[in-house]
Amino acid sequence: MKRVPIRFKLNGVERELEVQPADTLLEMLRDGLGIKSPKTGCDHGDCGTCTVFLDGRTARSCLVLAAEVDGCEIVTLEGIARNPSPLMRELARHNSFQCGFCAPGVVLSATELLRSNPHPTRLEIQHAIAGNLCRCTGYTPILEGIEAAIEAAAAERSLP
Amino acid sequence: MIELAPLVDAPPESTTDTKVVGHSVQRIDGWEKITGAARFADDLEFGPGLLHAAIVESPHAHARIVAIDTRAAEKLPGVVRVVSGKDFPYRFGLYMQDRHIFAQDRVRFVGEQVAAVIACDPKIAARAAALVEVEYELLPVVLDPVLATAPDSALLHPGLGAYPHVPWFFPRADSNIAHWRKIRKGSIDQGFREADVILEDTYRVPRYAHCAIEPHSMTGLFDASGRLTVWAASQSPFTQRHLFAQALAPLGLSHKDVRVIAPYVGGGFGGKAGVSCEILAAALATAVQGQPVKVMWSRAQEFYNTYQRQGVVAKVKLGVTRGGRITALEHQLYWDAGAYVEYGANVVNAVGLSATGPYRIDNVSIDSVCVYTNLPPGGPYRGFGYSEFFFGLESHITRAAHAVGMDPVAFRRLNVIREGDTLAYGARMNPNGLAEAIDRTAAAIGWGAREYSADPHKTIGKSLVLFWKAPAMPPNAASSAFLKFNEDASLNILISGMEIGQGLLTAMAQIASEILTVPVCKIRVETPDTDRNPYEWQTVASHVTWGCGNAVKNAATDARQQIFALVERACAIDGSSLYLEDETVKSRLRPGWALPLRDFVISGIQVPDNTFKGGPILGRGMFMPEFSSAVSDPETGQGGHPNVHYTTGAGGIVLEIDRQTGKTTVLKAALAVDVGKAINPDLVRGQITGGLLQGLATALYEDMRFDDQGRLLNPNFSDYKIPTALDIPGEVIPIIIETAQPDGPFGARGMGEHTMIPAAAMVANAIEDAVGVRLHSMPLTAEKIALA
Repeated sequence: MKRVPIRFKLNGVERELEVQPADTLLEMLRDGLGIKSPKTGCDHGDCGTCTVFLDGRTARSCLVLAAEVDGCEIVTLEGIARNPSPLMRELARHNSFQCGFCAPGVVLSATELLRSNPHPTRLEIQHAIAGNLCRCTGYTPILEGIEAAIEAAAAERSLP
Repeated sequence: MIELAPLVDAPPESTTDTKVVGHSVQRIDGWEKITGAARFADDLEFGPGLLHAAIVESPHAHARIVAIDTRAAEKLPGVVRVVSGKDFPYRFGLYMQDRHIFAQDRVRFVGEQVAAVIACDPKIAARAAALVEVEYELLPVVLDPVLATAPDSALLHPGLGAYPHVPWFFPRADSNIAHWRKIRKGSIDQGFREADVILEDTYRVPRYAHCAIEPHSMTGLFDASGRLTVWAASQSPFTQRHLFAQALAPLGLSHKDVRVIAPYVGGGFGGKAGVSCEILAAALATAVQGQPVKVMWSRAQEFYNTYQRQGVVAKVKLGVTRGGRITALEHQLYWDAGAYVEYGANVVNAVGLSATGPYRIDNVSIDSVCVYTNLPPGGPYRGFGYSEFFFGLESHITRAAHAVGMDPVAFRRLNVIREGDTLAYGARMNPNGLAEAIDRTAAAIGWGAREYSADPHKTIGKSLVLFWKAPAMPPNAASSAFLKFNEDASLNILISGMEIGQGLLTAMAQIASEILTVPVCKIRVETPDTDRNPYEWQTVASHVTWGCGNAVKNAATDARQQIFALVERACAIDGSSLYLEDETVKSRLRPGWALPLRDFVISGIQVPDNTFKGGPILGRGMFMPEFSSAVSDPETGQGGHPNVHYTTGAGGIVLEIDRQTGKTTVLKAALAVDVGKAINPDLVRGQITGGLLQGLATALYEDMRFDDQGRLLNPNFSDYKIPTALDIPGEVIPIIIETAQPDGPFGARGMGEHTMIPAAAMVANAIEDAVGVRLHSMPLTAEKIALA
């Protein structure tokens, strides 16, 4: 099958690549580019472990074809972790994750929420991460970590 | 036989006056996971030479394989090799060798591996697998575990009588009964004669799936020199090495040639214990010597070809006096154990030993029967059979209390087992905090005070149930640890207990830190490589905090003894006066004198003649429960000491039910567990919060559905729903009880599985409390409530 040439920005760097028409964005990132934070959990868009930012919005990279990202900007947890956010620090402080397999997806979904809504209610947080399945934690420690980050950010803003 | 007291190698250390143990330190693997740096099996790179395998699966639940034609598949460009049963006529199994690597002459469940295609690309492998033609001759399908025990049932394993198995299994040749655990204590007839009320009923539990978010991923490399390495998502690297070496011994492999490397595991829950699909990577690697081959399980394969939690039909008969004393329990359990029971039969065995629950009952008859069916292999799942039997037993306990007009909590207080009481198999009950667990759980849910919903269509119900569980393991399951000092007195600890999310690495670091005074932030604990890390049986049974924790504690104590011996020899200070504080050796005899560990733990201590004494400090620790024995009378189960101890507790719930729709909302759930000593209370609370939700999901909606030909109808997250962040209880109240386990590290015992065990009975009893409906089959769906 004929390969498709694409150009895109990945974690701030312009990239050019030739991909197979049937390759998913997840396959391209993991197998082609060594970006391992998006995981293969179900390959059907159900579990959210493959979450990445595509043009600023979270997307399930197992449901996006690589050929579709021509001209797009992709950010993965690798790109965000270079400058760890207060959210990430609070999640660590609260022992929010156990096995950690869902963590990259949850971090990105929560990051997206806090960018658009710095003061979400607990229900809004629950909705924001409802697409990221976690089998270990019962979610409460994750919600507590996110809420602590919100409080920390609010405290910082209220400083003179 | 004389009952031996548990061996304790030293007086129990203080369980309260600790500086690190008992404190909620941050997980040592947290930042790695939150930054995406943590590597899981599927994340490992093997270079451009990596081959990929696709599996040819049986479409039938029971059939004879007549012929396999691989010619079309072999012709597809990119295909390297096609293999099937004839290439690997080797049996394997953890407790009973009843499986082959690939099906031989017959298939026994839908999805069973019949052949495999190895190709240079996963998509080519999948296309080629579809070209393999297999001719089958259909056999009668056996799905019901009770019917399967009838003499005229079709047989799944005509060779059962010859399968090698552990001495505590009792298979019945020429039947579908793979194991029958019997317990007989006291006189069951006398017990029922003493009863004023006899209550009898049947409870049904379907199959469930682990649903770890990480699918199994395994890569094997059989290099040109004949060394086999397998990288796997695994709870059991050493058990896998042992079973791979055993099964593939005909190829000339010995254990030293087999190496299993297990990186972080993205959720286990029992699904990555023992050996299931992992053996495919080991076997396929030998078919393409010199090139790594990867087997990646799809989400659907996760559902139908790993282990599943077994279904059970449980008949409970309970005798009770008017005063509320339990006089007799007859408990018969027929387990739908699936096509192969090499691991699942031990679930059946464990339940047989413990199906009294945490009650003192003088007259007991238990039959736990492991039955072959044409469904996927049953196996370990968080709770190891206890969640299943507690649904019926704890439903029944509440019903018995009502039958004699007693409060169900008062009834439980009256009958609860106490330290020193005789267990069903004759040994004695360990120290436990059940009484405290009952009291604190009852207080947490406001037991005794009826609550009313603001919505007139809704009713609120409550319940409180008890649970217990013992680690199910061979009597000689061992753990070991190496502990290495570095130049700056930081530590690397080598164990083979797996970090599967529970926080083992952190807990082990805390134990070593407590003894050696090296802070947790200076300790690294790595996931295992069987070449480098010492032996651990498996990370299952909620036993590694206890077993591996003892090994790490012994390794740290060994290192400390070496340090003191060296200081005594090199500095001429009485060793018995020495102690550690803040990474420094100090002496009670010489106030003010201090020797930092970093000055000598690698380089030794310089003495007046300018030579050096000592060298790198290497701690070594081991633990095996030397008081345990699995051999007992097959007809009564009396005489052994199969369980090392029980972890006990109570669960309570407040739920609201819409009387019209039957929809259940969990307002509050409390779970008290006696952990002996919480090495890290925050991680204990994390286990409770997570395990409870997993349990509540099995109680309320999860359900594996099969058609009448044994095909799984819902092998995906769209049709098999697991909880999202929107499906959590209104409030979860974790309660930690600490009644020290005398042979546990700092008094600790395990608690990971226990958090899930009481959930179904909690919900069932609260439903009855709310709307007066008694459900006998899980899951306890809105539909069943509304129709009742």
